[in-house]
Amino acid sequence: MDFETSDDRRMLADTLARFLAEACPPEKRATLAYAAPFHDHEAWSGLAGLGVLMAFIPEAEGGLGGRGFDVMTVFEQIGRALSPEPVLPALMAARLLLAARGDVDGLMSGEVRLAVAIGEPDAPWDLSDIATRAERNADRWTLTGRKSVVYGGNDADRLLVAARTGEGLSLFDVSPENAGVIGYGMIDGGGAAEVILDATPATLLIENAEDALNDALDHGRLALCAEALGAMDHVQALTLDYLKTRQQFGRPIGKNQALQHRMVDLMTEIEQARSITILAASRMAEGDRARSVAMAKHLVGRVATLVAEEAIQMHGGIAMTWEHPVSHYAKRLVMIDHQLGDTDFHLSRLMEDLRA
Amino acid sequence: MDLNFTEQELAFREEVRRFLDEKLPAEIADKVIAGRELTKSDMERWHAILNARGWLASTWPVDFGGPGWGPVERHIFEEEACRAGAPRVLPFGLHMLAHVLMKFGTKEQQDHYLPRILEGTDWWCQGYSEPGAGSDLASLRTTAVRGGDAYLVNGQKTWTTLGQHANRIFCLVRTKKDGKPQEGISFLLVDLDSPGIEMRPIRLIEGGHEVNEVFFTDVRVPAENLVGDENQGWTIAKYLLTHERTNIAGIGFSVQAFEQVKALARTVKRGGKRLIDDPLYAARLARVEAELEALKITNLRMLSNAQKNGQPGLESSMLKIKGTVIRQALNDLARRALGPAAGPFPAEALAGNLEIAPPEHARAAARYFNNRKISIFGGSNEIQRNILSKSMLEL
Repeated sequence: MDFETSDDRRMLADTLARFLAEACPPEKRATLAYAAPFHDHEAWSGLAGLGVLMAFIPEAEGGLGGRGFDVMTVFEQIGRALSPEPVLPALMAARLLLAARGDVDGLMSGEVRLAVAIGEPDAPWDLSDIATRAERNADRWTLTGRKSVVYGGNDADRLLVAARTGEGLSLFDVSPENAGVIGYGMIDGGGAAEVILDATPATLLIENAEDALNDALDHGRLALCAEALGAMDHVQALTLDYLKTRQQFGRPIGKNQALQHRMVDLMTEIEQARSITILAASRMAEGDRARSVAMAKHLVGRVATLVAEEAIQMHGGIAMTWEHPVSHYAKRLVMIDHQLGDTDFHLSRLMEDLRA
Repeated sequence: MDLNFTEQELAFREEVRRFLDEKLPAEIADKVIAGRELTKSDMERWHAILNARGWLASTWPVDFGGPGWGPVERHIFEEEACRAGAPRVLPFGLHMLAHVLMKFGTKEQQDHYLPRILEGTDWWCQGYSEPGAGSDLASLRTTAVRGGDAYLVNGQKTWTTLGQHANRIFCLVRTKKDGKPQEGISFLLVDLDSPGIEMRPIRLIEGGHEVNEVFFTDVRVPAENLVGDENQGWTIAKYLLTHERTNIAGIGFSVQAFEQVKALARTVKRGGKRLIDDPLYAARLARVEAELEALKITNLRMLSNAQKNGQPGLESSMLKIKGTVIRQALNDLARRALGPAAGPFPAEALAGNLEIAPPEHARAAARYFNNRKISIFGGSNEIQRNILSKSMLEL
C-alpha cells in the first residue's frame, strides 16, 4: 500500500502546474475562455509540447502512461488552474482511437484536435437512448442526427461520432466540414458545439463500439473527478485565506465557529472526494471499473457543488463578481456535475448494482 | 500509488482469518452479529483467547509484550475481527491505561499493573466525565486532597462504561484549585472496593445497562497510586487522546452493518416488491455505500501516513466524524427497513419467539438509539470540528 505519487507523475504535475500558471493566469483566463475559440491555441501547443497528451497513451503504443493515475495527475492540474483547453475530449478520443487501433500520433503531438460526439438532446449521458442513425450504401457510411454540447467541437479537426446501425452502436470518424457545426462558449468557460448530421459522410472506426464508448466515458468521468479535485483544493485554499484575512466586527470572520465548522466539513468532504477518485483511478483496468467510477462521479458531483456554493457564501458578495476568481471556479465546479452524468444519474447506476 | 496490500500483509490477513475461524466461539460471534448484549464472561473468554495468541495487547510495543503491529496490521486485524463477529476488545485497560503507565508510570506500577491487564485480573473503567464536565473536561470537580501517604477523594464520575464489571477505575481528579483549571488535575488509580465508593447504573435510551455513575465519599487512595506527577493529569489525558484513536472510524462495524442492511432490503417486501426495488430506499442506501467506500480509502491513506510518521495524525478527527455519521446512517436504514416490526422491545420479541422481525434484526431500533452515542462520546463531533479547525485550518 502506497499513496505517494510516483516521481514521474510528480514531475509531470509540477511541470504542468508551472506551465498553466504562466499560460492561464486568472485575469487572462477570464477573457480568453469566454471568447471564440474559447481556449488558447498557443497554450494548446504548449501543453502538447510538454507531453501532456502522451500521458493518456500507454508506452506500448508510443505514449508515456495510459493509466488511471496518469489521467488523475493531469486533470488535477487542469482543474487547479481552471484551464479551458480541450484536454478532456483529447483523452476520450485517445481511448477510442486506442480501441480502434487507430493512429494516435497526431493526437499526441497536439496537431490534430479531436472532439467526441456521443450525447444528444434526449440522451445526454447514456448510450442506450442514442438516436443518431448510420446508414450504409455500398462501402459508404452516412450519419443522420444531432449531437448536443460536444465539448471542444467548436474547434476540432475531427469528430468521433457514436451512431446506431441496424446491429448496435458504432463509432465513426467525421470531418467537421461535412457536418453542421455550430460552436458556442460555455457559462464556465471553454467551448462546445452542436453537431448537425444530415446524411453526413463518415468513416467507420469501430463496428461494435459499446465497450469502447463506455471505456471512453468512464475515463472522461475519472478526468472530471480529478479536475474537480484540483479546483476544489484551490477554492478551499482561497476560502481559508479569506476567512483569515476578511475582518468584520473587529476580527477575522474565521473566528466565528459557525464558519469554522462549515470549513472543516468542506475539508472532510474534499478528502472523501479525493479518496473515491483515487479508488476509481486504481480500478480503470479492472472488472469493477464502471461501479468505482459511478461512485466517484456520484460523490464528487455532490461535493463539488457543495464546495462551490459554500465558497461563494463564505466569501460574501465578492465571489459574486466576474472579477473574483472564485466565481469562475464555482461555475466550473457546478457544471462538472452536468458532464457525463450527474450525481443522481450515477447514483441510479449504483442502485442497479444493489438490486442485482 | 498502489492500493494493494503487500504479500506480507496479505499473508498476515490469512493468518488472522485462520485464527478467527478456529478460535472465535460461534455463540459469541452470533451474539455480536445480532447486536445482543455480551456477558462479562463472554468478554473475558475472548480476551483470554486473544492473550493466549499474543494478540490481545494489539497496540503495545514488543518491549512490553505486545505483538509489535504497525497501523496496517492493526487495521487488518480489526477488519477481519469485525467481519467474523468478534467482540470489540475493551479499550480501557489495554489501549488507554496501559499506554499511560508505559509512558508516565513508575517501574513498580508497570510491573504490577500491565501483567494484570493482560491476564484479565483487573478490569479497568474510566473516570473522566462528570455531570458538569463533559466536552469541557478541564472543569472537573472531583477532588483529591493529599494527607500523609494517601489522597482523600470526593466527588462524582459519570458515563462509566461497563463499570459494573470493573474492579478498578482510573480517574482524573482535581488536586489544585487555583491557577488554570488544566494545571490542577492529577491522574489517580482507584480500587473500586475501597470504602466510600458507590456505583449506580444509568439506564440508557434503549433500556440497556452499559454505563454507570460513580460516587466518591471520603475515599482513601494510597499516594503510590498517583500516575506521573501531581498536577500532570491534563498532559496525561491529552497523551491518551492520541491512543484512543485506534479504529476511530469504526469501518469494520460499518462494513458489517452495510452488508446486513443490504441483505435485509433484499428480503423485506413492500407493495409486493423487495424493499431494495423501492428507488427512494435504494437511493439512501447507495449514497451511504459510496460514502463508506470513500471512507475506507480515507482510512487507508491516513494509516499509510501513520505508518510513515509513527503516530496517528490530527486528521483522525475527520475519520471520527465521517465514520460515526456513516454508521448512524446505516443503523437508521436498518431500522427503517423493518417498518413497524422494528418497534417491539427486543427482549420481549425474542423471548416469545415471535419472529416479528428476523431474529438477527430484532435489535435494529435498539441499536439505532444506542448508537446515537457514537457522535457524542470520545470527543463529540463538534469538539472534533473545533480540533480540526484549530490544528489543520489554523483558524
